[in-house]
Amino acid sequence: MAFTIIASCVNCWACLPLCPNQAIQAAQPHFGIKAERCTECAGDFAAAQCASICPIEGAIIDGLGKALNPPGSLTGVPPERWALTQAEVAAR
Amino acid sequence: MDLPVNESFPRAAAGCGAGSCGATAGQIDGLTDAIRARIEDHPCYSEDAHHYFARMHVAVAPACNIQCHYCNRKYDCANESRPGVVSELLTPDQAVRKTLAVAARIPQMSVLGIAGPGDPLANPERTFETFRQLAQKAPDIKLCVSTNGLMLPRHVEELCRYHIDHVTITINCVDPDVGARIHPWIFWQNRRVYGRQAAAILVEQQQLGLEMLSARGILVKVNSVLIPGVNDAHLPEVSRIVKAKGAFLHNVMPLIARPEHGTFYGLMGQRSPRPAELQALQDACAGDMKMMRHCRQCRADAVGLLGEDRGAEFTLDRIEAMDVDYEAAMVVRQEVRTEIAARLAAKRARGPSPAVSRANPQVVHFQPRVTKAAATAGRPVLMAVAARGGVVAVHFGHAREFLIYEASAAGARLIGHRRVESYCAGDESCGDADSALTRTIEALVDCEVLLCARIGYEPWGRLEAAGIQPNGEHAMEAVEEAVMAVWQQMLAAGKLTVPRSGARRA
Ligand code: SF4
Ligand code: SF4
Repeated sequence: MAFTIIASCVNCWACLPLCPNQAIQAAQPHFGIKAERCTECAGDFAAAQCASICPIEGAIIDGLGKALNPPGSLTGVPPERWALTQAEVAAR
Repeated sequence: MDLPVNESFPRAAAGCGAGSCGATAGQIDGLTDAIRARIEDHPCYSEDAHHYFARMHVAVAPACNIQCHYCNRKYDCANESRPGVVSELLTPDQAVRKTLAVAARIPQMSVLGIAGPGDPLANPERTFETFRQLAQKAPDIKLCVSTNGLMLPRHVEELCRYHIDHVTITINCVDPDVGARIHPWIFWQNRRVYGRQAAAILVEQQQLGLEMLSARGILVKVNSVLIPGVNDAHLPEVSRIVKAKGAFLHNVMPLIARPEHGTFYGLMGQRSPRPAELQALQDACAGDMKMMRHCRQCRADAVGLLGEDRGAEFTLDRIEAMDVDYEAAMVVRQEVRTEIAARLAAKRARGPSPAVSRANPQVVHFQPRVTKAAATAGRPVLMAVAARGGVVAVHFGHAREFLIYEASAAGARLIGHRRVESYCAGDESCGDADSALTRTIEALVDCEVLLCARIGYEPWGRLEAAGIQPNGEHAMEAVEEAVMAVWQQMLAAGKLTVPRSGARRA
């Protein structure tokens, strides 16, 4: 039972002070979760604190590799729309 | 609207949370004399003073607790000049060292702000540690903070403790239905809250925070982002309410939305406001006060006089190498301030510029004044000026912003400023110089004249074709004098009794 922060994290610090178990570390190149400390907030909060404030879709994943905030869930931007724009900008 | 002086600025500490009982007659739609005195020489709010004083922001607050559709937390681009975008995150200790170093090198330094890159009050330990140290080590420096307001009510007491000079709250709406189209979620009481419910909490906290600050006599400025089709029709209502609750200024800023920024609005094709739309709303909301029309939406880590960014001189490694005598620096600052105050007083004694009437200094005009057209006058003309330090001093191609003046028989009136891109480093997000020029012309299309120090051959032709007359004849002259000289010339040439010619309308 532990979550993981992956490379898309932007090191914004929002999650770190919220963790009830001090599991989150301000590591480089991106923040990380000490697996042995993370309880997925069970017993402390109804919702995992890190995943409840993280602004980046996909930055935090569960034990099965599933994003806690899947694409489109926070920004409201359909993922295809973003991919299209990135392709357009690259083509310039 | 003219209002009498109200001496009794409320300083009630508590007991009166609701705005219904906090506002006195003097606060509604106007400023108390006490507030007017505090902003008259304020480096951020006084048009006179901002040429002489310097301010800086330190980036100590990375975390945010709400999402706005005009923001993308992934981006931190060096070519970017949207507010809230910074490159170097500092610890409180580093921020304090930087502030003291800058204040020693630039003795005009008088305001330190914390605005981001996230929300300062979502990072209370870092923000208040910075304020605490500075209040102790450099008590002569004014402290200010910008916030989305969500956590404001619970931090008002602490803000008072450090004598915070002014607080800026970004309030885009007072109606949760409008808010739900701007803010998709907030983090509140240990969970993420979405949609209308989130917007309702945000609106409530913002309004409560505003009331609490007003009741404690802290200056509050409200910023709103103008989003066409979302809150444009709603902003006059926002303005009315925040002023009634004691905000001394309501500043309307344009949405900046482009697909390559990766924001919701940018990607979903939400357009930015046209300059004329922005102007109309600024006139409706900010009124005729000369203050803040010079607001530059400065970068959150900008150092220097407003609009002049000296941040590169003060990177962390350079600060480490600096040897600073804090006590001596404070003495020098005091001398510089005394000198500036004397200069401002002398300037006022020489008489007002024709644009501003200070005939009755006890009265502040908050609503737009109806200026009666002088019988013989030519029509008013909008002019864009590439200025630095109150002088026509900038090359057109280097200008990152233009001051917009309205010249008329009544004088030169600063009505705003427009940010543009100068030639930028050329990565794909910036576009090439040609499209930058096109966008600059778009931004200035309602101006008839452009004053700059110098201008290249090609942009000259493009501006002329768009009906904007470039003018480099007043290089290094004082802005208002140059503007009026051009207007007088146009009047003498008979151009001002006929409508503008050759204009390509926005
Ligand atoms: S899920 Fe909870 S315990 Fe685990 S890292 Fe996130 S905040 Fe900490
Ligand atoms: S909140 Fe998300 S993006 Fe920010 S530091 Fe934590 S994991 Fe990284």
